[in-house]
Amino acid sequence: MLNKRLICLIGIPALIAAAAIAATSGVMSVQIRKADIRDTPSSLGRVVTSVAYGDKVTVQSQDGAWMKVSAGGQSGWMHSSALTKKNVVMTAGPNAQTAASSGEMALATKGFNSDVEAQFKAGHKNIDFAPVDKMEKIKIPTSTIREFVQEGNLGAKGGAK
Amino acid sequence: MKRALLPILIGAAILVGCETLNKMTEMATGVGAAAGVITTDQAQSINKSTAAVGKVFESVTPEQEYYIGRTVAATILSANKPFDSKAMTTYLNTVGQYLALCSDRPETFGGYHFLVMDTPDISAFAAPGGFIMVSRGMLRCCNSEDALAGVLAHEIGHVELNHALQAIDKSRLTSAATVLGTEAAKNLGGKDLADLTKTFENSINDITSTVMNSGYARKFEFQADHAAVTILSRAGYSPVGLQSMLQQMEKNLKPGGHDFAKTHPAPKDRLAELAKAIAAAPSAATHSVERQKRFHEAMQGL
Repeated sequence: MLNKRLICLIGIPALIAAAAIAATSGVMSVQIRKADIRDTPSSLGRVVTSVAYGDKVTVQSQDGAWMKVSAGGQSGWMHSSALTKKNVVMTAGPNAQTAASSGEMALATKGFNSDVEAQFKAGHKNIDFAPVDKMEKIKIPTSTIREFVQEGNLGAKGGAK
Repeated sequence: MKRALLPILIGAAILVGCETLNKMTEMATGVGAAAGVITTDQAQSINKSTAAVGKVFESVTPEQEYYIGRTVAATILSANKPFDSKAMTTYLNTVGQYLALCSDRPETFGGYHFLVMDTPDISAFAAPGGFIMVSRGMLRCCNSEDALAGVLAHEIGHVELNHALQAIDKSRLTSAATVLGTEAAKNLGGKDLADLTKTFENSINDITSTVMNSGYARKFEFQADHAAVTILSRAGYSPVGLQSMLQQMEKNLKPGGHDFAKTHPAPKDRLAELAKAIAAAPSAATHSVERQKRFHEAMQGL
């Protein structure tokens, strides 16, 4: 009787966990320009490797907003905001057209993009994009942020979960 | 009579375009079909187009959001010149990018970037995708790194909650529903690219006029303050810094000014709302001499 209860106690959470993994497993696409795969489910984790826009990753499990993924023979953690379940098609063409009508895909190179920006710039010479281009180049390395956090006695909760 | 109902239903569907509307339209089309005013096929078609409009906001991909954000930021920075200080910019981005990592949305298409605007006005803007600009006047309301973190976390909150994208007039969404899935560049004809650019331009105008002139709805500002408290707590900063910044802002704001005096709820209203958020999320923040030292060093150039 006790054993049965024990099996139930262990079994039910295991089933729930298995279902959660099943629900989150599968292939997802990178929806940002460049994303890091880290060794721990934390934004301050060490970077194992990086993946680019449109790359596919295989999801193995999930911890809150963090996905345990594998890509190119390496595995680690990515924040879910970098990923989409939609297939990202990088080039336009007949397949992309079908994808557009299916409504299931985020299509890179479609809608507002660099060509639309160029067209906008041509009509608005008074708007200067140079400060934005300069602003975009500012990227503080994770290692610098980690030191900054440590020196400032911050990071009690170790970044976004 | 039958002919009149169809455009009205489609028009209503296009104008509102939200989850509630989906339900309302389903009910309305159901009634219409049952009464024989419209055919079942027509009803299904209306329901489908309503769902499409409802999804428009979600269908703005991070890449498209990034291009909207770049142009919004360029427009803001054409009216407010950047303050050129490498030390200040590096410090601001270190605090800001750390806070962004602690948010619910640490990853955007092009990442989070921060800049100081060279104006004594008290202002701060968050363009879609994470282009965040704060004025010298706003920095002068801060007396600690925790207070500065409060300002930046509030702006990150606006990005995380997609507030700027929601400022785009709903009427744009009718064309956006088509154009966002439309092929651009070489695959587009001249007129299509022109139409897409027009929708883009109108969307930019909606956002810049909201953030620079009219301001967001009060509830968006309170939501951003709530998001800020969460981010600050996770990062290890004290949300009390945001309170002291607002107290200082109240003293520094000039009545009738074109900055936060016009676009934001009064600091005392934000303070009252903020107190609730802080009470709900007790902070385990620690004090640090180093934090205060580096803050004062960075602020010297101002």
